[in-house]
Amino acid sequence: MVATTPVSEAKIGAPWWLRLPVVSHLRMSSGLQRGMLIAGLALTALLLLTALFAPLIAPFDFAQNADATGAFPRQSAPDDKFIWGTTVSGYDVFSRTMYGARTAVWVIVAAVLMSIFLGVFLGLVSGYLGGWFDRVMVVLNDAIYAFPSLLLAIVMSIVISQGQSSLFGGIMAAAISITVVFIPQYYRVVRAEVIRLKAEPFVESAQVIGASGWRVMFTHLLRNATRTLPLIFTLNASEALLTLAGLGFLGFGIEPTAASEWGFDLNRAMSDATSGIWWTGLFPGLAIVMTVLGLTLVGESMNDLNDPRLRRISRRKAKRMIQMGTKA
Amino acid sequence: MSITLPVEEPTPSAPEKKRKALGGGFARYLITRFLLIFPTIFILITVVFFLMRVTGDPITAALGGRLTPNQLAERIAEAGYDRPVLIQYFEYLGQILRGDLGRTMTDNREVTEVLLTYGAATLELSINAVLVALLIGIPLGLIAARFRDSYSDAALRIFAILGYATPVFFAGLLLKLIFGVWLDWLPISGRAQWQTELALNNLASPSGIYWLDALRSGNLAAFWDVTAHAVLPAVALGLLTGGVFLRLVRTNVIGTLGREYVEAGRSRGVSEYRLLTKHAYRPALIPIITVMGLQIAMLLGGAVLTETTFEWSGLGFKLAEYLTARDFVAVQGIVVLLAVIVAVTNFIVDVVAALIDPRVRF
Repeated sequence: MVATTPVSEAKIGAPWWLRLPVVSHLRMSSGLQRGMLIAGLALTALLLLTALFAPLIAPFDFAQNADATGAFPRQSAPDDKFIWGTTVSGYDVFSRTMYGARTAVWVIVAAVLMSIFLGVFLGLVSGYLGGWFDRVMVVLNDAIYAFPSLLLAIVMSIVISQGQSSLFGGIMAAAISITVVFIPQYYRVVRAEVIRLKAEPFVESAQVIGASGWRVMFTHLLRNATRTLPLIFTLNASEALLTLAGLGFLGFGIEPTAASEWGFDLNRAMSDATSGIWWTGLFPGLAIVMTVLGLTLVGESMNDLNDPRLRRISRRKAKRMIQMGTKA
Repeated sequence: MSITLPVEEPTPSAPEKKRKALGGGFARYLITRFLLIFPTIFILITVVFFLMRVTGDPITAALGGRLTPNQLAERIAEAGYDRPVLIQYFEYLGQILRGDLGRTMTDNREVTEVLLTYGAATLELSINAVLVALLIGIPLGLIAARFRDSYSDAALRIFAILGYATPVFFAGLLLKLIFGVWLDWLPISGRAQWQTELALNNLASPSGIYWLDALRSGNLAAFWDVTAHAVLPAVALGLLTGGVFLRLVRTNVIGTLGREYVEAGRSRGVSEYRLLTKHAYRPALIPIITVMGLQIAMLLGGAVLTETTFEWSGLGFKLAEYLTARDFVAVQGIVVLLAVIVAVTNFIVDVVAALIDPRVRF
């Protein structure tokens, strides 16, 4: 029983903070894989820091097109004052890109948290109870899962953001639209795990001593069924940002004066590109690419490290393990 | 002898029986799987219908600012939107069954006609993008698998992740800037020059797929014009899917390269190139085909963005237009069509997977 998963065996005994998802992954990685994980973590940290300190980094506000010296020039090329140039509305591209990190982080966190809560809840209940509720939920989730996620998010955002353009309303509208798309992913994983775990003796023993259905679900099954979630979480975070950017690009995101959003800025930059103005589109675009790249690298590396066949072990570590094995 | 004889008798019929049982199983699987298409489409239509109606009736949404309240009420009553939503819903379902999706609010066209006209453009873009994705994904995936864990493998993997991380519209913007504006090699928007478009639309029975129409009419100038316009959108959308294909090919070929029969081939002196392209590649194709089919949803989502980026007048471009105009009858029609496409593709993929791998059936 103990030897079934060598990973958990190795982790037992380590202090709790070394057993956290990302930290433990970092410890078992090596070589190129560790490089990818670290690069991903660095990019993600950069995003979070930018989001946190955006007001300090950015010289202007994201919707500011004039200061004490007068109105800002429109579509002016990068210079000393506007290091990444200005947009067609006279906004500073650098400031908007920095503030865009804030919007991105808010939407990602809100969307992923909401979809985890709802998806895990539905997965637990539907997997544990079974019956007609389970069947209806499976068909419904499969239908939503199969459909192009961007289109569904567009439909949702029309429904939610009727006339809303405030910062909070816009962020929540985008986040809810993305949530609806992601619920099936969490639902599927958790439901499959719950159905597998339902047959385990520990569930039965809990039922025998009279634990209620809710107690079995939320104390016994929840912790066991959610092991793989950190992985889906990181992969979803990058998809959430891409969906947000897609929504913004099509004009269904957040109003430009309420918050700065990279996808919307790219939409505006499209017509600039035809006249050779590159700075309005390049920087927000690169911000999206770097953010998604960072999150994907973290998720991918964790995925590889969770799979023993894909995990690579450095020669030094392998030698040490062999020596330890012979001593024991 | 007396023991073996009775055993020998049933043997010729045994494989026959087995084959029969297998055929029956497959037919049953085919029918059940086919019937499963309908709930999927039905659920999506229902979800979209009610979501759209939560926001109000289509007439107020589309024409709200342009008409007086009295005129609006008149139009709403005329179209029957003042009746209970449930009645409207069942009426809409009945309409769909008769193949009638209503008329658009903003430009008063048959929705089915809109779907046919612009669907061809989207189909053309999707086919081009898949071609680009295959051209990128398969050779590069093979190279990455062959030189596993080397620098070229790492570089290709990062390329694949970059392909996924770059939104289609950003890739499109860069392509437009580099090849359209700075180098001035390729046109940056539309499906063809207006002269070409006019010539192709005036053909006797245009298919709407410009490649095909140009070739059929033997209009070489039009063909080159269409090709030049098709390159950038196809590359932008193809890069996205190409990255996914690259990773798929790599993982699966690495899996088959480790098999014993490949080792046996190597010991017989089969060249590494042949091992890769014949022995390891063919069996790796099975999972690739299934996942490719599942990519259709991603491709359609990407097509909406690509078409908007390149002003490619397909379904996605029109969808964005109708969405901005809040023409929900048209939006519903397009969404219904996309739902049907996705459901049917998934059906085909499942059937192909079952044909290739009998374990899928149950």
